[in-house]
Amino acid sequence: MAVTILIPTALRAFTGRQSQAQADGKTVGEVLKAFADANPDVRQHLYDENGELRSFVNVYIGDVNIRNAGGLGGPIEDGDTLTLVPAIAGGVVCEPEQKP
Amino acid sequence: MSGTGDKILASMTNEEISRYSRHLLLPEVGMEGQKRLKAAKVLIIGAGGLGSPLGLYLAAAGVGALGIVDFDVVEESNLQRQIIHGVKDLNRPKAFSARDRIRDLNPRVEVAVHNVGLTSENALDILHKYDVVVDGTDNYQTRYLVNDACVFLQIPNVYGSIFQFEGQATVFGAENGPCYRCLYPSPPPPGLVPSCAEGGVLGVLPGIIGCIQACEVLKLIIGNAPSLAGRLLLFDAWRMKFREFKIEKDPDCPVCGDNPSIEELVDYEEFCGLKAEEEPVDNISARELKARLDRGEAVQIVDVREAHEREIFVFPGAMPVPFSRITQSENTLNPSVDAVFICKVGKRSAHAIRALREVGYEGRMLNLEDGVNAWARDVDPSLPIY
Ligand SMILES: [Zn+2]
Repeated sequence: MAVTILIPTALRAFTGRQSQAQADGKTVGEVLKAFADANPDVRQHLYDENGELRSFVNVYIGDVNIRNAGGLGGPIEDGDTLTLVPAIAGGVVCEPEQKP
Repeated sequence: MSGTGDKILASMTNEEISRYSRHLLLPEVGMEGQKRLKAAKVLIIGAGGLGSPLGLYLAAAGVGALGIVDFDVVEESNLQRQIIHGVKDLNRPKAFSARDRIRDLNPRVEVAVHNVGLTSENALDILHKYDVVVDGTDNYQTRYLVNDACVFLQIPNVYGSIFQFEGQATVFGAENGPCYRCLYPSPPPPGLVPSCAEGGVLGVLPGIIGCIQACEVLKLIIGNAPSLAGRLLLFDAWRMKFREFKIEKDPDCPVCGDNPSIEELVDYEEFCGLKAEEEPVDNISARELKARLDRGEAVQIVDVREAHEREIFVFPGAMPVPFSRITQSENTLNPSVDAVFICKVGKRSAHAIRALREVGYEGRMLNLEDGVNAWARDVDPSLPIY
């Protein structure tokens, strides 16, 4: 058993199109690190230059945001599901306009 | 909050009663609810994929006044999902095209057209006249602007957002509810997440998310209904799955927290990093590239589009290296020969050049300006623009 990570569409280009992955760890941070180590292209989307979790990616255990439950140091158990939910902006034309 | 709670409600004509009878038969709506809808003013920001079903359903439901903010014009590639516009509307401003379709559907609805881009200067002025705001925009700077303005004006902000097969919906700015900044304190730096035009979107997806937004708008107006405030609804159209996550109000939120540090609208382009100088790349136009190839010059063309995009058309002589794996391609390039990077519109290719520079590639790199779409437009009109 391991922790299941559900990968959103916006990040699948960086995980070989996988929609979920498994990783091991005792804390949320360890699981995410193992996931990023296995998918190096995804790392810059999860962590900023200082190794902090990016503020436009929310991580949920079940339906609870880890920010409200112990953060990266919070415990996690085999069989839990982590869901990554990044901000998405689309709606209209979706091409960022080039403003002068 | 019910958007029209304190208004004096006008009576309804017999024609109106006939038209809205299927609402009146619902005890949760009834005459009172329908009168509230008639008295309500809703602002739809963006008359695109989300704004299309929003405009149609809110008008059909009998919302008394709708405002539409959009400064774009209707383009052919919009019609795959923006069902409020038709072929006859191509090149017309979206806000006017949407107004005409709404009038056709329900002439009783008063429509105000705001054919402008929403800015920090005009937002409060436009938004304050409305009871509910619906966010159907396509970019982070407008989303943060709408969020902050709605918090300041205490107007509920019905949020929807889409990407490829995935959508999000919730209600921000409800009484004691969280705001967009509580959920996402800051946006991704530009270029990190591919834009929709490069990423694509399933046409029906904004239809579904826009309808969820429309439903939340109607309930906010009718009142006494449980809303999505405090819950993020996530929809995966490919797997046909809905999931739900809690959104807590953040006591440290800079706009809606206990000690807000932002009390007026800011510069949202700057906030979203759009004013940061991106490291420049050298451009080459489609015509120049054609001329160099015609002269037989050695050029290595690197196509950073994904495999399924290359199926739309194959760029002759190009080496395929998908953007998501660009930094692994360093050793396959010859640094003594100019490399021209191509993608759909020239954005991913520019980021590819920056990424390769960062990993130490030293050859000369050029970016095909405006991408393969420019090649189709200026060099080989037999190719499609997509
Ligand atoms: Zn907030």
